[in-house]
Amino acid sequence: MAALRLLGIRTLLLGPIDLDIGAGETLFVSGASGSGKSLLLRAVADLDPNQGEVLIGERRRSALSPAQWRRRVGLLPAESGWWAEQVGEHFEQAPSASTQADSRMRINAPDADAAQRPGEDPRRDKPGLTALLGDLGFEPNVLDWSVGRLSTGERQRLALARMLHIGPDALLLDEPTANLDPDNRDRVEEVIEGYQRERDAAVLWVSHDPDQRRRVGGRSLVIRDRGLIREEQA
Amino acid sequence: MTLISLSPWDLSLAALLVLLLAGLSWRLRLGVERRVLIAAARSTVQLILLGLVLKALFETTDPLLIGLLAMFMLSVAGWEVMARQKRRFRGPWGYGIGATSMFLSSFSITVLALTVVIRVEPWYQPQYLIPLLGMLLGNTMNGIAIALDSLTRQATDARARIEARLMLGANWGEAIEDIRRDALRSGLIPIVNAMATAGVVSLPGMMTGQILAGSPPMEAAKYQLLIMFMIAGGTGLGSVAAVWIGSRRLFDERQRLRLDRLVPGRGG
Repeated sequence: MAALRLLGIRTLLLGPIDLDIGAGETLFVSGASGSGKSLLLRAVADLDPNQGEVLIGERRRSALSPAQWRRRVGLLPAESGWWAEQVGEHFEQAPSASTQADSRMRINAPDADAAQRPGEDPRRDKPGLTALLGDLGFEPNVLDWSVGRLSTGERQRLALARMLHIGPDALLLDEPTANLDPDNRDRVEEVIEGYQRERDAAVLWVSHDPDQRRRVGGRSLVIRDRGLIREEQA
Repeated sequence: MTLISLSPWDLSLAALLVLLLAGLSWRLRLGVERRVLIAAARSTVQLILLGLVLKALFETTDPLLIGLLAMFMLSVAGWEVMARQKRRFRGPWGYGIGATSMFLSSFSITVLALTVVIRVEPWYQPQYLIPLLGMLLGNTMNGIAIALDSLTRQATDARARIEARLMLGANWGEAIEDIRRDALRSGLIPIVNAMATAGVVSLPGMMTGQILAGSPPMEAAKYQLLIMFMIAGGTGLGSVAAVWIGSRRLFDERQRLRLDRLVPGRGG
């Protein structure tokens, strides 16, 4: 349960921006390309120099280490980076130990609760991951695939899985369905909404697609003159 | 064995080879004839000057003068490292990282060799200090330049990969780990190769010079070994320092990848 609050965030192209996204709320942002949507998400995740403060619930960004902060705000960039040979190696960074293990990905996996007893081998978590991959249209053996074999759309879906697997409190999504066919687009939307319900996560979603914004629902803001305004006023 | 002194005439004959190379470059339109001639002229002037300076210096053993020459050599080496970077660090870091790492490695290892291994009295006796330092600087300079160039080049190319790891909650060290390892490896390869083929494929320059100048081959071999080990240690130490400082500088206090701290350099 965590709201995402931006206080006076200033990037190269935008700001100062104040924004409140409630726990479980979805906020869409759109705007011409180059208007600074992606940079805004990067600023919230603290990947580019920026001024201002961001809070998740009561936790201030400035009070957390950058690594801790980035685990809490899951940023899904438009183009995902892959550093190892196999898909599975990119999932092993997830916190395997104690604290976060039991709050990890459990969507559409009712058996995960029963399977997750604290203090056991982290590999136990596999059911949660398997379910997540299944919801995104992958067999579990996708973890053995080589990254070079993946299509753009597969990369995008696996990057989402990799990010949700860590269990962030808020999601920052940069056109998560841009390269997907309608079936996979629906899958991704369902997975995101499912995760959001499960975790009561705040979602900041950059989307060009008006149909998607209607389908998923939620407030919609547009970037104008270094700031964000409501879509109806645009 | 006696030392056969070379006359200017002998050297001119050897210089004809360089002229021949320049002519070949012109004939084959390689476009490097100018650079060949300038580099040859530079080395002629620089080495003759060094000979004169050393001749004067060997007679004085004034620590201040020796220190000045050592610092001069270091500053030129630092500049050379910076000039060879395709992407170098902005501001004083561009010069500082290379120069600091070279200072740390070359100076400490030279002093170590002079005091512990060769045991010269006094340790700053220029006849030993300057040639050793020169050999060391020249080689660590290569290693550090290659390692730094590989680090900044790869970090630039792998931005998405590094940031993906940051986004997933890695700290800066984990995010650049593989690139750092790769950069270090590429900096060390030249000296490792040189050690592996020394005496079998190639006769190292220093040993050749010593033998030509009349030293017993065994003595020349022992000194060559000493130099090689020092160079290996110095290159390793210097590359580790340079890659560590450099990779830290690629991230800021909030562990963001800051490629804007790099500017295109002239090297490549």
